[in-house]
Amino acid sequence: MNGDPVLQVTGLEASYGAAQVLYGLDLAVGRGEVVALMGRNGAGKSTTLKSVMGLMGTVKGDVRLFGHSILGLSPHRIARAGVGYVPEDRRIFAGLTLEENLDVGRHPPRTWPDGTPAPSWTPERLYDLFPNLGRMPGRAGGQMSGGEQQMLTVARTLMGNPLLLLLDEPSEGVAPLIVREMARTVREMKEAGLSVLVSEQNLGFATEVADRVYVLEKGEVRYTGPMADLAADADAQARYLGV
Amino acid sequence: MSLEALLFQGLNGLAQASTLFMVAAGLSLVFGVTRIVNLAHGSFMMLGLYAAWTLATSLGGALGFWGGIVVAALGVGLLGAVLEVAILRRLYRAPELFQLLSTFAILLVLNDLALFLWGPEDLLGPRAPGLSGAVTILDRRFPSYDLFLIAAGPLVLLALHLVVTRSRFGRLIRAATEDREMVGALGVNQALLFTAVFALAAALAGLGGALQLPRQPATLTLDLEVIADAFVVTVVGGMGSLPGAFLAAILIAEIKALCIAIGQVSVFGVALNLSKFTLVAEFVVMAVVLIVRPYGLLGRPPVHVREGGEPEAPLRPAGTPARIAAVAVLACLAALPLAATGSPYTLVLATDILIAVLFAASLHFIMGPAGLHSFGHAAYFGLGAYATAIAVTRLGLPMGPAMLIAPTAGGAGAALFGWFSVRLSGVYLAMLTLAFAQIVWSILYQWEGLTGGSNGIFGAWPAAPFDSRAGFYLLALGVTVAGLLALRTALFSPFGYAMRAGRDSPLRAEAIGIGVFRVHWLAFILAGVFAGLAGALFAFAKGSVSPEIASIAESVDGLAMVLLGGVHSLLGPIVGASVFTWLSDTVSRTTDYWRAALGGIILLIVLVQPGGIMGGVGALGRHLRRARP
Repeated sequence: MNGDPVLQVTGLEASYGAAQVLYGLDLAVGRGEVVALMGRNGAGKSTTLKSVMGLMGTVKGDVRLFGHSILGLSPHRIARAGVGYVPEDRRIFAGLTLEENLDVGRHPPRTWPDGTPAPSWTPERLYDLFPNLGRMPGRAGGQMSGGEQQMLTVARTLMGNPLLLLLDEPSEGVAPLIVREMARTVREMKEAGLSVLVSEQNLGFATEVADRVYVLEKGEVRYTGPMADLAADADAQARYLGV
Repeated sequence: MSLEALLFQGLNGLAQASTLFMVAAGLSLVFGVTRIVNLAHGSFMMLGLYAAWTLATSLGGALGFWGGIVVAALGVGLLGAVLEVAILRRLYRAPELFQLLSTFAILLVLNDLALFLWGPEDLLGPRAPGLSGAVTILDRRFPSYDLFLIAAGPLVLLALHLVVTRSRFGRLIRAATEDREMVGALGVNQALLFTAVFALAAALAGLGGALQLPRQPATLTLDLEVIADAFVVTVVGGMGSLPGAFLAAILIAEIKALCIAIGQVSVFGVALNLSKFTLVAEFVVMAVVLIVRPYGLLGRPPVHVREGGEPEAPLRPAGTPARIAAVAVLACLAALPLAATGSPYTLVLATDILIAVLFAASLHFIMGPAGLHSFGHAAYFGLGAYATAIAVTRLGLPMGPAMLIAPTAGGAGAALFGWFSVRLSGVYLAMLTLAFAQIVWSILYQWEGLTGGSNGIFGAWPAAPFDSRAGFYLLALGVTVAGLLALRTALFSPFGYAMRAGRDSPLRAEAIGIGVFRVHWLAFILAGVFAGLAGALFAFAKGSVSPEIASIAESVDGLAMVLLGGVHSLLGPIVGASVFTWLSDTVSRTTDYWRAALGGIILLIVLVQPGGIMGGVGALGRHLRRARP
């Protein structure tokens, strides 16, 4: 990781009611870096992303975006600070058309902290990225297939021109064709200069897109290193990811 | 009656429908976006009418009238925004029922505000400048202002429709109606959106009220009347559907108008006065619609409602210290007649409190552990009280059998209404129970031969040895404690576990063999039985019954008691009913503005201690235990 991190998480703890899920998590994501968050079901991957986004009620520790603390801010402030969140269960507005879904996510273009313009998105640019979506702008969200919804939920978040993208299990429950589409999208985000923190169970997908990896177990980081190292280390895979 | 007269009344109904639609549309928007059932929404209509009256009479002329209507609507919209920011905003994460309780408190405060500003007299506004004449339709004179009103409804519908479908504000409203958390995660300021929607809704209600200026006098009872109508319209049309609200407003207003028009009819030789039917017609329509189409005429089942509420801690049986404390309290209560010989009123108030406790506990039984939020629990209380009073005065039964008839009547009513109601959930269940309670109320109110109509029944006095204050107090104590123990025993039996399982996860409960409908239906009946028993005590305590005891206000009082005490605690209804009854008694004897005082106290409790009184006590206990080394 080069330079100051875009996202720096220190000692993150989070709970659902009385049940604590995260126990002092540390992680960082650099500029233009794709970081994978791996681990078994219930390890705390989704909770980590939700905590960064301000969607968890009880959170302790520190979360900094470009050095500014965002812990305790409401989700809309965190989104406006440049964090884009793509939920695991897509959460498309079923009664709104595809175009209207995109419009809900719309925000003005933003700049990096040094003042240079950051990548910005329009529906047209997103239809280039996801040609399928361009064919059905007037279709209701509820009438779209799972794969189309998965693309729409990413596109909707990109409409906010985020600097850091939080992707929660983008390969889960979609056809292999869509998984490839998602992997291509993540690589394009990286090329555009965005930082991506992606939670993933699929080792192949993570290997394809990520630069580095954190493996969680019971709410703590158990392994961290370059993604290529984990991909080559059958022992570590068996220890942390095997079932 | 002639066809012309019928059509004429139909036109009248359309003029009424416009205002009804404007109020209901706002209610529906607010519910969709914030999930708050705003009981104070009718107050906005009432305040709009009062404000328009003041502006029209003080400024005078066309400017005072028409400008006054606009200013009144905007002013009420502003008031809505202020209330949202000052109170409701703090409650979006609170359980649904607390929001409800606080909107009820706002209703009380606003009602007394109107009493303070405008006094108790009815105020009728001037005729509309420019539209004071009438046009001849079907050989009758029809006010031109009413024609204007008939046109205003569809115009507002069109404007709202354009806003909701074409503007970004409308897109955000629709998106937030589906999933407000996701809208926030996409960078939309929810607080601002909620305030805007609330202000828009309040302004619409204010406009609806102000437009009635030449047709309807401003009175202090409008808030509850209008909110009941608006709920019916929203639910019949389908929560969240603006065209549905419009259709339902016309339907309800027309049915009411036609009942008045037809008047006396004769069915198989029995004379029926249909104009009296107006009081209940809308609730009959609502009950039928909810049974046939549970999500209203044009409504859709909610896609997925995300609740931020935390899971509820399981109820635990009382430990030995709690049992000892309960026996000690009981002993003190039994000794109260000895201590209170100097002040007979103490025993009267204590008896009232005991009756309220039994009533609230029976409501809590289905609200808490079964999650069935009944808005019409007073119906079963009323049925019990009337059954007893009728048994004593008309049938001449002795006190014992008369008291046993009450739980039978309450249970039978609950069995009939519950069979339809417990299939629904959330707001729809609340509204269907409310509708049934209104039907009971109007039967009690109108069946003069049996129930004495609005006067009620007098002369249901207890027999010896319960005919003294102390004797009756001890009877009430015994019955209430026995009722509480019975309800408690049911809760900690396998039946009670099944109730709670059915509340927490109906599908999983079904999957392990629990018939959720049957269990909840039985719970509903049981709650009706004990509410009926409380009603019997009430009848004997007062010696009389009147229709008010089955009214919306009585049902809402029950809700307020349960919520005040805390819905998640078994002591909650006991503490809540005691505090509520004592407070309303004390406050109403010290000030004319007792509603505002009561509302203020409720708001304070809800804002400072959203878990209710017992929630606060529980949190304090946990804190003390943790602090102990």
